[in-house]
Amino acid sequence: MNLTESSTAFSFLSVLVFAPLVAAAIALVLRDERRVRQWTLLATAAIGVFSLFLLRGFEASTAEFQFVEHREWIPHLGMYYTLGIDGISLLLVLLTTLITPFCVIASWTVVKLRSKEFMICLLIMQTAMTGVFTALDFVLFFIFWEAMLIPMSILIGVWGGPGRVYAAIKFFIYTMAGSVLLIVAIIALRLETGTFSIPALMDQPYDRSFQLWIFGAFFISFAIKVPMFPFHTWLPAAHVEAPTAGSVLLASILLKMGAYGFLRFCLPITPLATIHFAPAILWLSVAAILYGGLTALAQSDLKKIVAYSSVAHMGFATLGIFLLVHHGTIGGALVMINHGVTTGALFIAVGIVYERVHSRDLARAAGLGRQMPIFAFFLGIFCLSSLAFPGTNTFIGEFLVLAGAFETSLILALAIVPGIIVAAAYNLRILQRVAYGGTKNPDHSGVADLGTREILLLTPFLVFILWIGLQPGPFIGLMEASIQNILDIVARSSGALNP
Amino acid sequence: MTPSDLQALLPHIVVAATAVAVMLVISFYRNQTVSAVLTVAGLFAAAACLPFVWSAEADAVPPLFRVDPFGCFHIGLLLTASVAVTVFSHSYLEKYRMERGEFYILLLLSVLGALVLTVADHFISFFLGLELLSVSLYVMVAYIFTKKRAVEAGVKYLFLAAATSAFLLFGMALIYAELGTMAFPEIAAELGGGDGLRSPYLLAGTVLVVAGAGFKLSVVPFHMWTPDIYQGAPAPVTAFLATVSKACVVVVLLRFLAAFDSDAVPGLYLALTVVACASMLTGNLLALLQDNIKRILAYSSIAHFGYLLVAFVAGGPAGAMAATFYLVTYFAATLVAFGVVAYLSPSDREADTVADYRGLFWSRPGPAALLSLALFSLVGLPLTGGFMGKFFLVGAGAEARLWTLLLVLAVSSAISIYYYLRVVVAMYSSIEDTPQTRELSEPFAATPPYGNTVGAVQALLALGLLVLGLYPQPVLAMIQSVTRTF
Repeated sequence: MNLTESSTAFSFLSVLVFAPLVAAAIALVLRDERRVRQWTLLATAAIGVFSLFLLRGFEASTAEFQFVEHREWIPHLGMYYTLGIDGISLLLVLLTTLITPFCVIASWTVVKLRSKEFMICLLIMQTAMTGVFTALDFVLFFIFWEAMLIPMSILIGVWGGPGRVYAAIKFFIYTMAGSVLLIVAIIALRLETGTFSIPALMDQPYDRSFQLWIFGAFFISFAIKVPMFPFHTWLPAAHVEAPTAGSVLLASILLKMGAYGFLRFCLPITPLATIHFAPAILWLSVAAILYGGLTALAQSDLKKIVAYSSVAHMGFATLGIFLLVHHGTIGGALVMINHGVTTGALFIAVGIVYERVHSRDLARAAGLGRQMPIFAFFLGIFCLSSLAFPGTNTFIGEFLVLAGAFETSLILALAIVPGIIVAAAYNLRILQRVAYGGTKNPDHSGVADLGTREILLLTPFLVFILWIGLQPGPFIGLMEASIQNILDIVARSSGALNP
Repeated sequence: MTPSDLQALLPHIVVAATAVAVMLVISFYRNQTVSAVLTVAGLFAAAACLPFVWSAEADAVPPLFRVDPFGCFHIGLLLTASVAVTVFSHSYLEKYRMERGEFYILLLLSVLGALVLTVADHFISFFLGLELLSVSLYVMVAYIFTKKRAVEAGVKYLFLAAATSAFLLFGMALIYAELGTMAFPEIAAELGGGDGLRSPYLLAGTVLVVAGAGFKLSVVPFHMWTPDIYQGAPAPVTAFLATVSKACVVVVLLRFLAAFDSDAVPGLYLALTVVACASMLTGNLLALLQDNIKRILAYSSIAHFGYLLVAFVAGGPAGAMAATFYLVTYFAATLVAFGVVAYLSPSDREADTVADYRGLFWSRPGPAALLSLALFSLVGLPLTGGFMGKFFLVGAGAEARLWTLLLVLAVSSAISIYYYLRVVVAMYSSIEDTPQTRELSEPFAATPPYGNTVGAVQALLALGLLVLGLYPQPVLAMIQSVTRTF
């Protein structure tokens, strides 16, 4: 694929990646903390609106990378500054740019100490996250990937809850361990092929045993990020301790990077190894769905429930991706987006509860619905979405995954069914307790219902939940071509193996 | 000596003249700011001479010196680091009531010694440069003579460095006895015959010379002095010890080892491999046990020179390039780290325990952010120069198929994350966590706010670290052009 040909004169993606960094530099100079907040909101909102213009120029019918920028960076080592997006990254980029302003609003009053530094961390995170989804050079990708590590650890370790230092270190060490394997795989690929260009690395006839090793390194690194079942233990700690905005970023964007890694690297670069390992990964995903759901059911901390439900949802995403059939993989990718919207909304809702009763304990929050009917309405929709109620976004994604699973193996599909029932159980448990409570609820007489800021904060999530739920066509249409292309690569390589 | 010889040695002459000028000024007017400004001006003037020297392409000033682009690049690097050390020393010494002007004379003399080493092409200039550097350093280490630790460190450094000089001299004598020459090009020519280190004298001589250099670089097993002296010396002097006094030895060692073909003398390269592995592992493992930042940085410097030896073993232009680039990133990170320590140290002690740094982010976000950046670069996290430096080292090692060394490098870097992270975590944890930290951080209340020259210098160095990590191409192209001869 010749990348230089399609270079456009206007560096759309570069602007999108580096605008938050410029905004952070400006925020650094501002003195007044209130000004910093207003500026950050203005900047992230402007970037969000700006990013929507991507949709105008994007051609959904092709799997080619678009908006490509290709410049010299470190030619001595064959590293280039290459950015570009396809259907998969487009939705994730939009998710990133659209969610960040809401993180700013969610932290408006909660973060009191050093809120300027907090906002700067958020903006740096946005640059790194957008960079991860747009980079087409492996070293560039790795630099963005690692660049998230420090601001995210700081977000958890400085503005988090009581156990924040432990959670931040755990997050740092887990991610770092994955990154080491990732860089080893990148260097090995470079030694084998002589290039760092991601499109050039795809769909190449690598040796089977070489693929198995590379896949192993990729898999562990991305599985930690997802997190998949045996690698998930950093997640509850990080989620519980992180401030609301940190939890939202973690759940909505960071967890997607692991699944994005599977789609972008594992499938097209190491297709033979993907086919080899896919059955094992499918069962790991089933384990994640069941384990995540059952553990969520046993928690009394609201944030922990949502955190473990993330493990289960992401299990659906990886399950769908590794089914390697049309419906399944598209479903998996859609689950990623849905999880970003729904879980982000649930974490904000938990944050709202915490601000009012200063506890995330389910028993302390019981019966809040009487004082907060508007909140109960929002929470109801979010919980229904999380349990994949028809008409909400998650239903579409999980339904596609299930359909794909039935195509592949009946036993596998039947094994997921209990997971869906458990999801209904823990979500209805939250809803029942928080909205109605029991006969003896704690005293909530001083608690106020949602203010205008909070309603504005939650409404867009509601809109997207219903929009994707009722009309998923445009969303699927954007990524269908790219995903089909990846599946074709996998099919071709297995075809070459058994003609 | 011809005029062109003088032109080639212009930076050295300017630094020497500045030392004399500072001495004369002190005898009439004692003011440490004047001395410091004069020193910085002299160092800048010497750096300004570099373009003229560079154009005088690769000229030998026979028989002692060879001023080539490689040497010029390092002269520039050392002068830049010396400017930073001078600025740090000025603010550090402001806190002491003592005669402070002489410090700058010593500093200039040791810089001169280091500059001589970068262009040394002969055992005589090698030894003279090294002695000029070391003798001034003995005094600089013990300069704050009211502190027991500083004097102890000075004496320790004196004894050990004297012993090293003896090793080095003996080694040189043995090589001279065998080959009848002390000039590097002639030694290379003699060894070019292909029979390698044919006689035991030659082998013993080479080993002794390398051991002497190893002491200066503080690689295992010549590393014992490092933590004590790093801890005892005033922080700016430690910065100097960790950067300038090591880099010039790296340069001279690269020149010296270029004479040895790795196929002809496998034993030597095996020895270097063992030393490199031992340094990486020992440095990183012992750093885990420390509670003192200066000691942590001392052990980490042992490990870093172990990493650097990987490039030595790899050899060739790629090795020299990786080593040089690594030095540049190491310089920037180390100077920032010690700069922060120097800046925060109150007059009665060094701010060097990890507890001192608890909650630093909350009281002083500026120094805390800079120190974190420096530590992240030493870890080798992307975005910082340290990542690119390590990346090139790994690249050079992989090209030369040094899998054992690379494995040790990867494992020991993973270990190193822990102790660097400990300092970072301490800086970002809040002060309320432990009641006694309030009074611990109280001395910092007396330090002036950032925004003076020290802050500016550190911010520039930190910016350099980021540039090296994100867009190293210009520096890389320059290094590539100067290391072509290896």
